[in-house]
Amino acid sequence: MATEITVNGKARSVDLPEDVPLLWVLRDELNLTGTKYGCGVAACGACTVHIDGVAVRSCQTALGDVDGDVTTIEGLGTPQALHALQAAWIEHQAAQCGFCQSGQIMQAASLLAQNPAPSDQDIDDAMQGNLCRCGTYPRIRAAIHSAAKATQGA
Amino acid sequence: MASFKKIARRTFLIGSAAIVGGVAFGTYKFTRPLENPLEAGPNEAALNPFIFIDQSGVTIITPRAEMGQGVHTTLAALAAEELDIAWEDVRVLHGPPAQAYYNSALMQAALPVAEYSKGAFMETVSEALGQANKLLGMQLTGGSTSMKDGYERLRHAGASARETLKLAASDALGVSVSSLRTENGRVIAPDGNSVSYSDMATRAAKIDPPQVELRPASEWKYLGKTMPRVDMTGKATGTAEFGIDVRREGMKFATVRMNPRLGAPMLSMDASAAETMPGIEKIVALDGGYAVIASNTWLAFQGADAVQAEWGDAPYPAEQGAIWQAIEDSFEGKANSTLRDDGDADTPVQGATEITAEYRMPFLAHATMEPMNATALYTGDALEVWCGNQGPTIVRDRCAEAVNLAPEQVTLHTTLMGGGFGRRGESDYAVLAAQVAKQMQGTPVQLTWTREEDMSHDFFRPAAIGRYKGAVKDGKAVLLDAKVAGPSVTIGAMKRLTGFTAAGPDKVHVEGAFDQPYQIPNYRIAGHLTDIAIPAGFWRAVGNSVNAFMHDSFLDELAHAASADPLEFRLSMMRHEHAPSAGTLEAVRDMSGWSGKREAGVGRGVAFAHSFGTPVAQVIEVIDEDGAIRINRAWIAADLGIALDPGNLEAQMYGGMIYGLSAAAFGEITFASGAVEQGNFPDYDALRMHNAPVTEVQILASGGFLGGAGEPGTPPAMSALTNAIFDLTGKRARTLPLMHEFDLLV
Repeated sequence: MATEITVNGKARSVDLPEDVPLLWVLRDELNLTGTKYGCGVAACGACTVHIDGVAVRSCQTALGDVDGDVTTIEGLGTPQALHALQAAWIEHQAAQCGFCQSGQIMQAASLLAQNPAPSDQDIDDAMQGNLCRCGTYPRIRAAIHSAAKATQGA
Repeated sequence: MASFKKIARRTFLIGSAAIVGGVAFGTYKFTRPLENPLEAGPNEAALNPFIFIDQSGVTIITPRAEMGQGVHTTLAALAAEELDIAWEDVRVLHGPPAQAYYNSALMQAALPVAEYSKGAFMETVSEALGQANKLLGMQLTGGSTSMKDGYERLRHAGASARETLKLAASDALGVSVSSLRTENGRVIAPDGNSVSYSDMATRAAKIDPPQVELRPASEWKYLGKTMPRVDMTGKATGTAEFGIDVRREGMKFATVRMNPRLGAPMLSMDASAAETMPGIEKIVALDGGYAVIASNTWLAFQGADAVQAEWGDAPYPAEQGAIWQAIEDSFEGKANSTLRDDGDADTPVQGATEITAEYRMPFLAHATMEPMNATALYTGDALEVWCGNQGPTIVRDRCAEAVNLAPEQVTLHTTLMGGGFGRRGESDYAVLAAQVAKQMQGTPVQLTWTREEDMSHDFFRPAAIGRYKGAVKDGKAVLLDAKVAGPSVTIGAMKRLTGFTAAGPDKVHVEGAFDQPYQIPNYRIAGHLTDIAIPAGFWRAVGNSVNAFMHDSFLDELAHAASADPLEFRLSMMRHEHAPSAGTLEAVRDMSGWSGKREAGVGRGVAFAHSFGTPVAQVIEVIDEDGAIRINRAWIAADLGIALDPGNLEAQMYGGMIYGLSAAAFGEITFASGAVEQGNFPDYDALRMHNAPVTEVQILASGGFLGGAGEPGTPPAMSALTNAIFDLTGKRARTLPLMHEFDLLV
């Protein structure tokens, strides 16, 4: 029994049990590997995607519970057409190993959508669920501020 | 060549006997060129093992693996600096496993002497040791050695390729070589005519590459500057490929569950309930555990949960208390090493004030963001493996052994790593994937560990206990006598990496204590090894992560006993011993406005460690925030000797510090009933955006040496924090992690 979902603007039909987390639908079924597995218990944020523009942990969202349009890092922007945050990430050279960064960027995109000019405290509050073992936090913070400025100026 | 390798393995000992292995072979074998592992087709040229040219441009083969430390970028910059290619045209690939990519700097660090005080003779012996690894052929990314290893090799590779291309162009254009210049991937004649490097590939491939002088630093365009990372766009757009992202046609997804009592067998297994679950393809028993292969990783996880297994008993004490007891007991035995023994540490100094302290450090997991995984395809007479790893030649050989193939029958693709920190210097996860693939002949299988499996089946930073005694007189330390006890990383790891048994004094066990640049007249550091079968591995900064905490904490205690300023106390003992080290302390003093005076509710601590050739000083400020301790600010100064990429070095120093602070605050692995008690990030947390300090980093480059970058930021972090907490609270933290005794901001 297939489940119909919309991912990055495309309708997809997925033939998997409804309790399979969206993370594993994206990665193993749809080959959208930009969304990462880090913990499986919503403790690291590496799997963050958007449902109707709001950040969710895809490891905790069952396929059957997906009730809106899914956007992954691949749908946010591409190397040829970067999202403002991705451009800011490159400007600030934010990533080290890079494994958490898709989730960091998706979380930050959700923050900026709701709060176009976040303070440091707003960034702390929104981003503390996203773990980075390389410790890239100061550059992530700087990149979010940069992207906020770039988006407002546009 | 095989017989030479065998001889090397038999005779090569670490520690003081290492010299035997290093010099026994003379120079002939060392200087013989190694085979170029790159194969060039028509219209292509592999000018050396590092430079590959085809019709789409130049590819720089980096012999070291990218785990976040920026190594691909800086290695590429070294080659591009001489090769004259535009930065935006730089393409980087990790090389295949090959002896040509051996790490020449790795074994240089094996000498049991302090890195900062190596004299000319030791440098010579050390070079010979580096050459010895040419025979062992270990292609390893670790020990913060990549730049030391690549600094000349990659520039020579670029320079030699450039001159080869000029020779080819001279022939093609009919003008003299000396009149040609190179720029942005083209050879340009005096009349303005030019040819691209790609145009010259076929001709250049037939020319014997010359060796040429390297350009002086004054002419560098890329080196010494912050270069945009070659992997940044991929990592910001989700298009960078990590091991876990490898996708092959028809691939299946698997997971493993190994005995939670590490190294023990599986006695029996009942897979009947799991076999009928959705998506399950196959369940196989392995040596010490089982694997579940499914159509989806999560379905494999569910299947694995449903398998019932009976596990054998741990080959080590099952409870944490008994493990601590084993470490305590090892103080009773003979010391494995006494690598510093200055003056007379046995006789009390007249008129001095004596203090003692005991420190305890827990086992630690690496907890890379990307859990262990590997993908493998077994076809009967060949094995193909894809994974992030720090040691391609070793991974290839271990996988070959595991499926009864020769190393030549194994193709290994080294992907980007979602963190390494030493964990991916092991081969276990790739070997398991190879074993599972053999049971699925013809089908590619990706094997992914759950986070819980990853955390509980690590090669841990071993626990340790340090017993320190010291004395101060007239504001100075006059005696420091320390014993550290704990399991060895070296013995197990060298066995796994090379197959030989390490002997002699274990330098790594006491590094960070015996090799620090302080003048103390009576100064002894002894190491006692604990023989215990808990897997131990290289964890960022290795022995330094243990000893720098204890040694530097104790210096802080001595400073307070001497009523001296902690920063000036260290500086006064260091100034005449090692100027670059003293320079880092002076730098953090100035950056942080260190005055010895603080407002109420603010504490500051200083710490210093010299590791992997790089002195690093840190000052940390903690504040009392409504009863909780916030790590508020930090200042770091590091002297790399030569700063090849200041922006990346800043990131490594900051990141290294955060890794150390995270461990100091929250990191511990404990055992109960023989199994690891921690499973996931809620049990093993780290600093996050809101509780990481605002940090200022200064990269110094005093010249004359080239220090490592990936690890030296970690060792001083733990004691800088605990020294600051002492300053704030008056309570000395001698046992980590801090979360048990202090209310930290979480």
